[in-house]
This record gives sequence, structure tokens and C-alpha cells, in this order.
Amino acid sequence: MSHFRVELRQRAEELVALYPRKRSAMLPLLHLVQEQDGYLSAAGIAEVAELTGTSAADVRGTAAFYDMFHLEPVGKYVVGICTNVACLLAGGQELLEHASETLGCAVGATSDDHLFTLEETECLADCDRAPCVQVNHRYVRTTTAPAFDAMVADLREGRLDADVPAHGTLIRVRRSGGLRVSREELAAERASARAERELREAKG
Amino acid sequence: MTDVVRTVVNITVNGVAVEAKPGELLIEAAERAGNYVPRFCYHPRMEPVGMCRMCLVEVDGPRGATLQPACYLRVNEGMNVTTDSDKVKKAQDGVLEFLLANHPLDCPVCDKGGECPLQDQTLAHGSGETRFIEEKRHFVKPIEIGELVLLDRERCIQCARCTRFSAEVAGDAEIAFSGRGDQIEVAPSPTKPFDSIFSGNTVQICPVGALTAKPYRFTARPWDLEQVESTCTTCAVGCRVAVQSSGNRLTRVLGVDSDPVNHGWLCDKGRFTLDAIDGHEGESDLLSAATRVTQPHIRRDGALVAVSWSEALREAARILSDAAATPNGVGAIGGAALTNEGAFAWERFVRGVLGSDHLDAQYGDGLDGALVQALPGATIDEAASANTIVTLGGDLRQELPVLFLRLRESLVKGTSKLVAIREGENPFAELTSVELNVRPGEVARLASALADEHVALGVDALNSEFELAEARALLGGDGAGVVFVVGRANLAESPAVTERALRILAERFPAARFLVGLRRANVRGALDMGLAPSLRPGRTYLADNGRDALAQLRALREGEQSAVLLLGGCLVGNVLDDQGARDALERANVVVVTGHGGQTLAYADVVLPALVAHERAGTVTNIEGRVTALAPKLAGPGSAWHDVAIAAELAEQCGQSLGLTSVEQTARTIEETTGYPSASVLTAGASDGLLVGGSTDGARRRPLDPMAIPGIRSVAGSGLGEYAGAIRHLDTPRRGSATSATLRDVAAGRELDVPRPNSYAFALVVERRLYDRGIAMQGSPALANLVATPTIAVSAKDLDRLGVREGESVNVVGPRGTMVLTVSAASCARATAHVAFGARTAEGATQSWHALIDPDALVNEVRLETR
Amino acid sequence: MAVLDAPRIVSARTEYEDSHTLARFLATGGNDALRKALTMHPEAVAAEVDAASLLGRGGAGFPAGRKWSMLRRSAISYLVVNGDESEPATFKDHFLVERDPHQLVEGVTIAAYALQVSQVFIFLRGEFALGLERVQQAVNDAYETGALGNKIFGSNFSLDVVVHPGAGAYICGEETSLIEALEGKRGFPRIKPPFFPAVTGLYGEPTVVNNVETMSNLPWIVLHGGAAFAALGQGRSTGTRLFALAGQVNRPGVYEIEMAKNTFRDLIFDPALGGGLAPGRSVKAIIPGGVSAPWFSPDQLDVPLGQDEVAEQGSMLGSGSVVVLDDSSCVVRAAWRITKFFSRESCGQCTPCREGSGWIERAMYRLEHGGGREEDLDLLLDLCDNIAPGLTWPPQQTTICVLGPSIPSSVNSAISMFRDDFLAHVRHGGCPHD
Ligand SMILES: Cc1cc2nc3c(=O)[nH]c(=O)nc-3n(C[C@H](O)[C@H](O)[C@H](O)COP(=O)(O)O)c2cc1C
Ligand code: SF4
Ligand code: FES
Repeated sequence: MSHFRVELRQRAEELVALYPRKRSAMLPLLHLVQEQDGYLSAAGIAEVAELTGTSAADVRGTAAFYDMFHLEPVGKYVVGICTNVACLLAGGQELLEHASETLGCAVGATSDDHLFTLEETECLADCDRAPCVQVNHRYVRTTTAPAFDAMVADLREGRLDADVPAHGTLIRVRRSGGLRVSREELAAERASARAERELREAKG
Repeated sequence: MTDVVRTVVNITVNGVAVEAKPGELLIEAAERAGNYVPRFCYHPRMEPVGMCRMCLVEVDGPRGATLQPACYLRVNEGMNVTTDSDKVKKAQDGVLEFLLANHPLDCPVCDKGGECPLQDQTLAHGSGETRFIEEKRHFVKPIEIGELVLLDRERCIQCARCTRFSAEVAGDAEIAFSGRGDQIEVAPSPTKPFDSIFSGNTVQICPVGALTAKPYRFTARPWDLEQVESTCTTCAVGCRVAVQSSGNRLTRVLGVDSDPVNHGWLCDKGRFTLDAIDGHEGESDLLSAATRVTQPHIRRDGALVAVSWSEALREAARILSDAAATPNGVGAIGGAALTNEGAFAWERFVRGVLGSDHLDAQYGDGLDGALVQALPGATIDEAASANTIVTLGGDLRQELPVLFLRLRESLVKGTSKLVAIREGENPFAELTSVELNVRPGEVARLASALADEHVALGVDALNSEFELAEARALLGGDGAGVVFVVGRANLAESPAVTERALRILAERFPAARFLVGLRRANVRGALDMGLAPSLRPGRTYLADNGRDALAQLRALREGEQSAVLLLGGCLVGNVLDDQGARDALERANVVVVTGHGGQTLAYADVVLPALVAHERAGTVTNIEGRVTALAPKLAGPGSAWHDVAIAAELAEQCGQSLGLTSVEQTARTIEETTGYPSASVLTAGASDGLLVGGSTDGARRRPLDPMAIPGIRSVAGSGLGEYAGAIRHLDTPRRGSATSATLRDVAAGRELDVPRPNSYAFALVVERRLYDRGIAMQGSPALANLVATPTIAVSAKDLDRLGVREGESVNVVGPRGTMVLTVSAASCARATAHVAFGARTAEGATQSWHALIDPDALVNEVRLETR
Repeated sequence: MAVLDAPRIVSARTEYEDSHTLARFLATGGNDALRKALTMHPEAVAAEVDAASLLGRGGAGFPAGRKWSMLRRSAISYLVVNGDESEPATFKDHFLVERDPHQLVEGVTIAAYALQVSQVFIFLRGEFALGLERVQQAVNDAYETGALGNKIFGSNFSLDVVVHPGAGAYICGEETSLIEALEGKRGFPRIKPPFFPAVTGLYGEPTVVNNVETMSNLPWIVLHGGAAFAALGQGRSTGTRLFALAGQVNRPGVYEIEMAKNTFRDLIFDPALGGGLAPGRSVKAIIPGGVSAPWFSPDQLDVPLGQDEVAEQGSMLGSGSVVVLDDSSCVVRAAWRITKFFSRESCGQCTPCREGSGWIERAMYRLEHGGGREEDLDLLLDLCDNIAPGLTWPPQQTTICVLGPSIPSSVNSAISMFRDDFLAHVRHGGCPHD
């Protein structure tokens, strides 16, 4: 029995098929578990182990290397505020402290209503609009305390739903299209093209 | 320019010219030249990763001398290396200081204290004072990550030895690094404890006290231990071990790095069942396997009572002589747990004194001993370096765990390819090149199809022509470069099926070799000493054969045989038809020679207490014919005797002499009369033993220090003595010869009439598990709980067809009754049903499969009915 | 002042609001270069890139043409695009993937053709949700328009491109760590040897790893020729480059300017670029090339923004990031925060990096927040020396990858440039700026 919903299981299998080795689908599959469960549930981990031909210990250990994967449930909105050097110089630390008050949860914790998890992040590569804030990995560009509070109010009211999906949904654009020949055929095609070119070169 | 194959690579270490081997790691080359480079993550049996950075040395390169990890760099011609410069010293001291920064000050209470390379390095090189004034990193102190292993994350130095072992060597990846940076920790699966059957190895190779073994925790300090090198007799791989004790108490068994055998690894059963040896329940209950038998007993008024040796021997002699007075009236069963010397003595007793050819070291669960000896043998090394390995038999991981590791290594490296012929689980999974499935009874037909492409497998064949063709291609024309690793896949299938398959393969592929995976401890030694109806000591074939174990049980039931000598107390628990065994013993006069109690003793008329593992001197022979020495580390309890002494004294009571006076003299007798190298091994103490018929060059004694990787000499070694010099070459042939059985001798084997699968029936497969209800497991508090409870496993498709789900109960109808069992799903052929031999019932007893089997059938079928 | 008349090579299209759409891409010469490349011999395309002397834009500045020529011949080979951009204060790849994803895909396809690789993976930083969507859309569009897939534009060349999301780990920008992540493993950088992914990379096969910006230059180079590219810039630093300017300047942002023709002063003060500092403020320090690089003092404002020019001054152009600290900022705090970054991002394999980064971070924290001791400065420098012996640049290392020896850059720079600030912290029992 698949832990993934039918549609996600199908996507999972498509992901595995994209790579020459199934283990390569690890990170995309873990993102998919988060898309369904919001975090890496034990059942989701077990299914990724099955899909990638690895063990659950290995999957969990691999996932825990990466900051975006949550081994415990998190809020619907994971708010990340950068305090790295460019943001630090622009008041990132102070904004983080403010956010902690506004959201009612400590840095690294989840609010009682399970709506928000607050994280201190490293540089989010948006330093010209420092301090940088992301919600579920969408840049919200609220660099001041009042703007932050307004943004939180919008989130609570659902006014940002179109831009900020619930935690876990990372890529809303599905892959379409692809190669219709096998990798082996492709390699053979490359080889014959090369041979042809070399022959031509040898001749003239 | 000519391509010269280099045999020597010249490098310079600290200004001194050193000859290294091509491809050798710098750390090894430097050490051989007397420059020890400190290390933590490096382990010679795993791929180097160069992570801990402790082994940095200066190596000249295009950009001047740079710091490089000696454990990772391979030597190059002309390499110039400095291991003792100020720069090297500062870098190494820096790494050590970094490692200690967050390391807790646990040494006084840490199991590893006294044999810890981190502690040693610090004492040798560390500055007395710490510059680290910050708060140390904290984790919850030891957590139980499995039944046997505890993890103290604060002590971990992130060398990845345990996680690499788990992924690389064991292949189960049951533990893995989790997290990043200084938050890295070793972690088991989120859903399942760390219960790999190889878990103890991670404890042994942990360079600090981060992983500790529950059974050993706090039981001893290294400096109180004494150790000897010996051989593990838990199964027939014969791993070399260091047996450690404190006082007269066994405390720990560690794997010794024997190059031809175990590479330092052990399975957990071999490592941790030492707690079964001395028994736990006193002498209160002789029917319990956890009880150590310390005195002779005879049955009086229906009860076993302790008596003197002379009284017990008199009674035993009377029983056996009386029975021997009638032709075919007596026989012996068992002996695979004996030393070669003990087996030799008992063979002399049974054939010479009792005049019986009815003797058998196996319990109907093995293969014809004569066939085993006639097959051209392969060593473990030969199997592991074969171009093609063919496994045919049970789950090697469960049956011969360290052999599994050895073969797995070659498959991972890609130096060998695997054809797996399986009735049950194939533990090599994705490392397999071709997997061929067989249902019970079919393996001989499959062998014919492999041997001859014109043999068709039939419509219901489980394997495609394509797969067969691939397998044939891997076998080549005559089987050169092929090693068959074979055993019994299914105890509910007549051994005749496998035996026929082996004959077909051996004849068709004359250049192939066979590694026969009989699983019991010293079963090969026992066969070599003649404990089989058709064999005599020294691998001599005797065509005129007697009764094997099952035939004897039948004869006992039918009154044709009136008495039996049981060499070992585990008959009832080891015969698939346990009820049949009970019925047989019920009618017979029974003399049992044993170290431990057990159900069998309910039928004993005389019980003679014997010494067991780690108490006895002698030699044993492993699956490949390697004879190694056992070291007596402990004095036996009470008045238990060595088997040689028991056999000799019993012969005296029968009025005859075996001519055997001691273990050493017996070993000499064996060697003199058969050429078998028992005395050489016993006296020379060659660490890796000697192959029967093999060359003795290179027999060598290694310094005994399993903890020495990495670092230090831990426990004082004692025991076997030093290498005594060159040993004469022994020329007992390893392959068939005039005196050995040949393939032709051991009969062509009859054509088998295997019933076609019946669409309602499931062919029964009874498989062996490492953790079973044998004496070792039953007597081991550490492991007894790990024995699985009984289920019946069928394919997922069959589950659907039956309309039951995993975990539900079904009625299983066999030829002699019906059982209620929980079903589980397995990756196995359709219409086969799998159960584990030696499963443990909810009440803690051994599960009997008696109801499901007809012991005379070629294969057994059961029906599954929903409830 | 700054030379701003050079052509805009990678950012031209970003003038438009809808620069990320297929329509805009096609309306502004999109795929012209790819069509042209497909008519050329693959090696001729590579030769143009070699002639352009295009230096890798990911940080190491290795010439792309040289790297390509090292690709071992093999039936299977890969091109992996490094879009993990996580070096603090670097945001130019972010800009490119969100604003001109089609240009990236076109560049990637050209590279794949030149290299004749069998498959491309575009590894994008996981936190770039929008970038991931836009690049995936661009890839989808390319399949749709025949610019990817079977027989591209009717040529004999077929190609598959997979967009692979990262999951939040700075170290995955290091190319071998990125390959490990792409293999579904923990992002542990691989130990050397083997030295080059071009010989042994993804799945052990030859693999070229190139940065997003490096790839984005290719359409222009194919259309205008390598010589035209090489005519821009100076010395080894040819063409233009994106600089991500951040910190205490009036107009932080991504600017494309000709390489080596402009100085740090130009970038920071030109009204069309950084636009100077807040009124009354002066430059206290510059962090060129990302936080892995040693810092510059105001004396070095006139160093040209060229690879060798910056290297000669003991630092690196690195990832194209420039952070300005003005005289109101606390260098101890900045250096502490950078160390905290490394301590969080160390992969944890090497003892000196794993333990050293944490130790240094905690000592720096004490200095900034109270509890600092004067002797801590020497201790810090000695710990740094145990990670990067000699504290030279480019560094020596006791570690597997260069994240380790990047840790000392900030601490060493801050202590040696601003020792008095540290002593003031010690005396004050914390940060005098608070
Ligand atoms: C710690 C570390 C982080 C790196 N991060 C990045 C990065 O985020 N993006 C990038 O393109 N290169 C990064 N690199 C450089 C890459 O290893 C590699 O040199 C580069 O991707 C090659 O592409 P190029 O030749 O086109 O520059 C990093 C290197 C190191 C050591
Ligand atoms: S230097 Fe640091 S980041 Fe690089 S491999 Fe070593 S521990 Fe990992
Ligand atoms: S790095 Fe060589 S022993 Fe660890």
C-alpha cells in the first residue's frame, strides 16, 4: 500500500524514471513527501526508501542533512528570516526578534495554532532587498516590521494563498515533455554521429 | 617504451627509501617502514574516506609539500613523504585538539577506557591543558538503538566506521549518519531498531566508546582481561576470534582479522552467545537448554539422578553393549559440535567397539557426506574471487553470515558476478546478475536445464529462456572460474533433490568448484573423521553404508534398533519431524553425551557431561576444509570431561581400548593415520590454520590484538604459543583420489518424480534462520528474545488470491494435521509457503512443524484456508 | 568613473518586465544562437567558448573552455549546471534563473551540444521556489517548441534536461557535493583524487559542472563569436560579469559591467551602480567575492574588478558578490555571523572544519556578546591556522574541500584589520555598538 496519494505516487514513479539511477530521485521524492504531509512522516520515509532502493535509516539520515526537510511536523507557513551578513547589516536580527513576537513562537519553534514555524535562515540570495524574508520559500519582501505584520495578517486571512501554497509544495509547474528515446539509443546516436564526423574529417 | 608491471614502488619516507607495494596506501607503507601514522577513520577492511584528517602527512607535489591524508593516498613511484615535520605535528595535534573539544570526560566510566585510541593519542601527544572553554555539545546520554547496542552520541568522533560498515560491508544500512556539521549523529531507522545480525561489528570497530554492546557494558576493564585466539563454533564458517575472560568468566568475543576467513567480522550470534556457555539455571532443569550439565546422570525410577562417572559409564556401557549384541541394534547420531579429536574418538568407539556403521553427524538437514567430499572443493577465498558465484541453497545471510559478507564484498567490488538459484530469500538482492527461482523439488530440473539448453523447463517455469541463457553464459563451457556455493534450501524437501542437482552440475561443469555450506559448527570435521554411514576418518569412502540419522530414527521406531548414542543433546530440537524423533527415543535406550540440557534429555537413560566451546582443546574444520585450533580459555564446570576422555573411558568399560590417551595424542594419531593436519595445527598454532591437503607455507602466527585497529595493543594475549617454524607439506588430496569418494562412487542418484504443483496446494519451504531455538540462542539471555515468532509467508499475489492480508490468521492444513498461523508477504515464487525452522512460539517454546510434513515425501505440500 | 558602454551580455533581456516569458524570449532573439550552434561542428562551438576565454562564474574562475577540453571521452557523459547559489550575499544566479530562464536553457543546450553529453541536470537551490518553477516552465517550453527533446530543430541532436531541486545546504554548491546530492546522497564533498568531475563525476562518468551565469553567456558568445567576447575586459578577465552588490550602499543590486575595466570604487559609488553610501558614511571594509574571501580595506577601493587583479591583492573575485561595511558597522559582529554561517553549513566530514567552525563561532560569540578575552585573539588565529596552515590566500588546507579553509578568512581579516575593535569589545564586555 502506497503512503502517497494515487496522483503523487504516479508523480513519484515518474521522478524515479527521470534519472539513470533511482537513488538520484531522493531529494525530489522527499520534497514530494513534504508536499503531501507537510513534513517527512515515517511512512513517507519508508516509501522513499522503497522507491530508491535504500533503507529507511539511510533516507532519514540523508534527509536530515538538508535544511528544507523537516522530520517533525511544522506549521502551515514556515517563515524564514535571514540574518546573514547583508541582512544583518540591514537589521535582519532585529526583524527576526520582531517576527518571533508577532508570530508568538520562538525561533525554531511552531506557534500554538500550528500555523507558523519560524526559522533563522542563512543567506537567501535576495540581498538587495535585505533583510530577506521567505514564507514557504516564496520571497515576500517585507523588510520592515510593519510590512511583516501586514504580511502575516494577509497570510492569516488567506489573501496570499495564490502566491504562498501550504508548506511542502515547492514546484507547482509539472514537467511536461521529455526525450522519447532511451538512454542507450541516445548513447548509440552520439557514437554514430561522432564516428560520422570523424570519417568526414578524415576524408577532407 | 615497454610496459613494465611494477612489483615495487619506491618512495621516500622521512628521507629513508622505502619499498612499497603497487597500489598500497601510504599509511600502510609508512607503517611497515616503522613510521606509524595516527588514524581514526581508516579501517583496512573498508574503503578509505580520509575524513577524520588525523593521518595528515606532508607529501611533495607540484605546489610544494602539502598536507595529505596518508590513509587515502596510494603510493606513487618517487613519492616523497614526511611524517614527522613540525607542520605535520601541528596539523595532527590540531586535529586531536578539535576532536577533544567536544568529547566528554567520560573515560573513567567508559567501556573503551584502556583500549581507546583517542585516549591513547591524547596521553601520548595531547597538551595537558585544554584551550576549549566553551560549553560542550550535549546529547542525551546512551540511547538504546537496538537490542544489543547502545549509542552515546557525545562520544562519537564522526569517523563513519560504523555507518560505512553498515552500508558497505553488511549492506543493510540499518544505521546512517543523520544531520550535518557538528550536529551529525549516527541514527537508526525512524521505524525500526538497529537489529542487524552484524551489529556487534560496529561496536568492535568504533574507535571510541560511542557504540557499546549491552552484554559487555560495565562487565570488565580491558586491563583485567586475558585473551586467547580461537575459532567460533557457532556455524561452519569458522571465524577466528579472540576469546576474552576475566577470572574464570567469559566476558567478550571479538573478531580477529583472519585474511582467508573472516576479515575481522563476526555475526552477532557468534559474538554474543558466550553467555549461553556456563548455563543460567543451575542444574535445576535438565530439560532446559539454558542448563549446564555438570555431572553424570542415570535414569532411576523414571527420573534422572546425578551419579559418579564410574557408575554412569558402567550403565552406558551396559546399554550400548547389550544393544550391540544384536546385529544393527545400536548406532550414534550427532557429533557436528565435537572437535575433530572428539569426533575421531567417537568414530573409533562406534565402529571399533560397538561394531556399528550406523552413525551420522547430521540430522537429516544436510547433504550426503560422501557427495560433499567428492565434489571438487573451493576455499572461501576461491569463492570470493570466482568470476561467477552460483548460490544454490538457503539464505546465506542467515545460514553462514560471514561467508555472506565475504561474497558480498566481491559482488560490490564487481569482481564477481552472481547467479542466485533460490527457493527462499536471496540476500544479495540487487547485486545479483541472474536470479533463478525454483519451487520445491525443481532444482534438479533447473540444473539439467542449465547443463543442457535442450532441456525445457515446461509451461509453469518461473524463469524465462532469456534468464537461463544469461546464466548459462556466466557458467561458461566447462565451469572454469565458477564456484557453486551450495546448501540445503528447504528442510521439507528431500536432500535427494539438491544432491541430484549437484551431481548434474558437477559432471556438466568439470572445471567448476564447490563450496558446500553445511551449516553446523564442525560438521565438516565430523564427516572427515568418519561420522557418516559411508565415510571413514581421513575422507575415506566406504561404499557399504549404514543408517543415517533419519534411518536410525525410523529403525528405532520400528524396533530394529534398540539403542542410540547421542553425541550432543539437541536431537529433538534439530530434527524437522520432532515428534517422530520423540517417538523413536521413547522406545529406545538412550545415552546422551552433552554439555547442555534440553528436551532430548527427557528420553535419556544416561547423561554424560562434556566440555563445550571455549573449554576444550582440539581442532575444528570449517566449510572450506580449513583446520584451526580451539583454545581452552575456561576450566569446564563440575565434572564435565573432554569427549576424547569420555569415549576412551567408555571403551574401557566395554572392555576395549581406543588407544587414545589425550587430545594431543589423538590429534597425532589422526595425523599419522590419515595425514589430516590436526596435530600440526594444534602444536604450531598457525593463526589461520591449515587447509586439509593444502600447502603449509605461510602458516603464520599473527599478533593477537583485534582492538589494534586503529591504534593500540589492548589485552595481553596468551594461549596458542608462537609459530614453531615451517611445517612439513601435507599431501592429503583435497579433491577426489583413490581413497576419497569420487562422484561416480556416490551413485548417480535416482531420477526424481516431483509432483506437479497442484493449483490449490502450496509447496512448503522450511528455511533456517540465524536466530533459532538452538542451544546457543536459548541459553543466551542477550539474544533469546530476538528469535522470531512463527508466520507462514507467501507471495503478495497469493495473499490477494486467498483474500487475506498480512497479519491475519489462516488454517494451514498439512498431511498430519492443521495449524493456525499468521500470514506474511515475502518475495517468493507463487504457490510456495515459507516457514522458519526453530521459530519461537508465544509461550517461548520451539515451534513444531510436525503437522505439516511427511518425512518420507520428496516435497511437502500444505493448503491454506481462510478462517 | 565606470565604463558602462559595454554590451549587456547576460542581462539584456531583463530590461523587460516579462523577460521570463517564452513570448519575450522569442521576440528578442531567443534560440537564434542555438539554431546557429546546431549548424556548426560541436568542436567549433567549443572552440568559440575557448576563444572567448570565458572564466567560470561559480567562484573558482576556471576557464570553461579548458574544463570542457578535459571531459573524458565516454559513451555516457553529463553536464550539470550549478544553480545552488548559497554563498552569502551572492544573488546573481537567482536573478538569472528568475528573470531569464530561457536564456539559461538555451545556453545549457548549446553547451550540451558542444560537449555531446547524453544528459543535462540543472541543479537549482531548493529555496528558489519561483526560480524552479520558471526554469521548469522554460524547459517545458523548449520541449514544446522543439528546442529540446528529440532531434532539436530538425538536427541530429537530441537532449533531455532535468531540473533538480536542492534542499537547503550551502555545501551543495561545491561541485562534488552537488554531484553527491544529485546521486541522492548526503552532500559530502568527494575527496580528491580523482580531482576533476570531467574525468570522474556523476555516477563515476565524465561530467562537466558549470555555473548558471557561465551557461547564460553562451548564446551571446555563439552569436557574436568568442573573439568579440574576448575583446571585452582585460587580461584573463574577459567579457562582462554580473556583480551582486549588497550591504551598506544606496543602491544594492545586480549589475552587469565589463570585467577588470572597473574598480570596486566604481561599483560602489557610480550613480548608475551602487550610488554611494548613506550621507556621512565611509567605507570601513569590503568583502569581495563572497564571505569565503579575505576582506579588503578602503585602501583597496581602486583595485579593478578582475580575476587576477583581486587575486594579486590576496583575495578573490569568487562568486561576484561585493558587500560593503560602512563605518557604523561592527566588524566583530559581522565576522561572528559569517563564522556562524560556516559552522551551520560545514558538512561535518572533516574534523578541523566541523569542530573548528563551532569552536571559532563560540569564541567569536563571546567576544561579540560578552565574555571575550584578549588571549582569545591569538587562540582564534591559531585555530584558524590549524584549519588553513599559514593563513595564506589561496589557502593551504587540512580538510577535504575549501569550505574549511574559507572559515578563517573573515576572522583573520577582521582581527588583523581591526584588532582595536576586538580589544574594545573585550574591554567593554561586549559590543560597544549595542
Ligand atoms: C563551498 C563551496 C561552495 C560553492 N558554491 C557554489 C555555488 O553556489 N554556485 C556555483 O556555481 N559554484 C559554487 N562553487 C564552485 C563550484 O565548486 C564549481 O567550481 C563551479 O560550479 C564550477 O562552475 P564554473 O566553472 O562555471 O564557475 C562552490 C565551491 C565551494 C568550495
Ligand atoms: S572542509 Fe568542511 S565542508 Fe568541506 S568536506 Fe570538510 S567538513 Fe565538509
Ligand atoms: S583521514 Fe586518514 S585515518 Fe582518518
